[in-house]
Amino acid sequence: MPDVTTVEAGTFRRVAFLGGIYSNYLALQEALRLARARGVDALFALGDFGAFGPHPDRTVEILRDEGIPAIQGNYEESLSSAAEDCHCGYTDPRDNHFAEISYAYTRDQTTAEHKRWMGALPGHIRLRLGSRQVLLCHGSPRTINEFLWRSMTPDAFVRKLLRDHETDLVVCTHTGLHWSRFVEPGRGVVNCGALGRPANDGQTNVWFTIVEATSGGGLAGELRCEFVPVVYDHERLAREMEAERLPPEFVETIRTGHWTSCLEILPAKERAAGKY
Amino acid sequence: MSAALTYPLVPFYGFDTLWVQVAGTLCNLKCTHCFVSASPTNHNHEMLDLGTVKRYLAEALELGVKEYYFTGGEPFMNREIFEILETTLAQGPVSVLTNGLFLRPDSCRRLRQLSDASPWSLDLRISIDGWDAATNDPVRGEGTFERILQGIAHLAAFGLNPVLTVTEACAGAGSSEGRGHFLAFLRDIGLTKPRLKVMPLLRLGAEVERTRAYASWESLRGHSLTRGESAALVCSSGRMVTSKGVFVCPILIDSPEARMGETLRETDREFVLRHSACYTCHAEGLSCRT
Repeated sequence: MPDVTTVEAGTFRRVAFLGGIYSNYLALQEALRLARARGVDALFALGDFGAFGPHPDRTVEILRDEGIPAIQGNYEESLSSAAEDCHCGYTDPRDNHFAEISYAYTRDQTTAEHKRWMGALPGHIRLRLGSRQVLLCHGSPRTINEFLWRSMTPDAFVRKLLRDHETDLVVCTHTGLHWSRFVEPGRGVVNCGALGRPANDGQTNVWFTIVEATSGGGLAGELRCEFVPVVYDHERLAREMEAERLPPEFVETIRTGHWTSCLEILPAKERAAGKY
Repeated sequence: MSAALTYPLVPFYGFDTLWVQVAGTLCNLKCTHCFVSASPTNHNHEMLDLGTVKRYLAEALELGVKEYYFTGGEPFMNREIFEILETTLAQGPVSVLTNGLFLRPDSCRRLRQLSDASPWSLDLRISIDGWDAATNDPVRGEGTFERILQGIAHLAAFGLNPVLTVTEACAGAGSSEGRGHFLAFLRDIGLTKPRLKVMPLLRLGAEVERTRAYASWESLRGHSLTRGESAALVCSSGRMVTSKGVFVCPILIDSPEARMGETLRETDREFVLRHSACYTCHAEGLSCRT
């Protein structure tokens, strides 16, 4: 197991988890408002603050000004270590082409001071929700850029992750698609999705996730997971992306809700669900 | 011994992928580049029956396996293949590596039903070795190009979107121009979301006759691997089951030293990357995973 810095964050009842923000500072602002309106007692950001969208520093400034605890995603790991690429984990040349554009833009637009801040972030955060142990990671508890897709994360593997990492719940992001699976009450995996771009479903809203300790029944048992849609001024974001000369393919995704890149990594079910 | 003269060890990080050679080395085709020389008469490895597969699936469940792969030979020659797939899809995602020649409408309907009934992905990977009969058929056999296209069309008619797997026997397939050519070809035959995987050749089995064997310099002797490089190798997180036991990977099933045990648990240990094929996986970035 690679060495990962872990921070203990304390005990909470209702927490908001913010997945990949990809420079979508407008969606981030709206998500913060929605989460607070729902009475969360903490928010956590799970990495990949930059990429894809415009003006990456704006997202980082919001997170820092608000004092939101955060972990590194592959973007923060790469930017803070001056890596040559984003280590997103794509395998297709076209996907890698767009990843390179996205990384080069974000790298050039992120200040050295923000990169230092990213380098000091932990890889994991542990906290408690009620009586349950929760482990926050970017991709998976074992690899920062492992993709945990709904259709590729079977129960036996979930149980192994929980066992190996001594936790009740794993919260991750990295895929851009939100889902949850509880293999027994209060134990499972939540992928908190992404604030940065829509969920490839033809809708322009993006998502974050609230997990709450409850005493209710049901398969989720003591933990209740809610995916919260975030409707924001996506047209403004699209115009800013155009002004920054980001690829028209990225802008199309913001305007239509359909992914135009990172498609080759999608498993059969997730690929079938999208337009492209 | 000097590190320059030794072979690297790949650790075993845990059971992510289980490969099952469900059809043994039996295939209806006799492709000229097949690294296990599968053919209608090659009984080096025999078919696996449902009961045998179930025993390994039970062990895999305990080990927390993440993905299952079925290969051969040709998996659809196994008479119990649909029961095997149904049983496996009840516990995790599945990829089937097929030549596509058995994908008739009734089979494709059944596959669609199996896919719909499972929360996990079912991926069909179809091998093709060119964008026309003139490039494909010399490798895969006379008339196969048209029959592969029919299989793809039948899958597409039932809403299943295969991953087309091409080897570098198709000259230029690995370049970005070659990929572009192939993706355009797949769109032309009606796949609106084309999926393509290009794989390097392994200088084993029939391929040795078609082109050449490995040269002495094609070896990992003296190399050392980072953790990331080890993790990228199939043998650091997967194993292959055949009728002869559990092997280190899907490639080295004809190398006795690559047989690691009878049960999956016995094979939870490191492996010395002594074989020339290990060079292809490391240096050319070959991964058998979908």
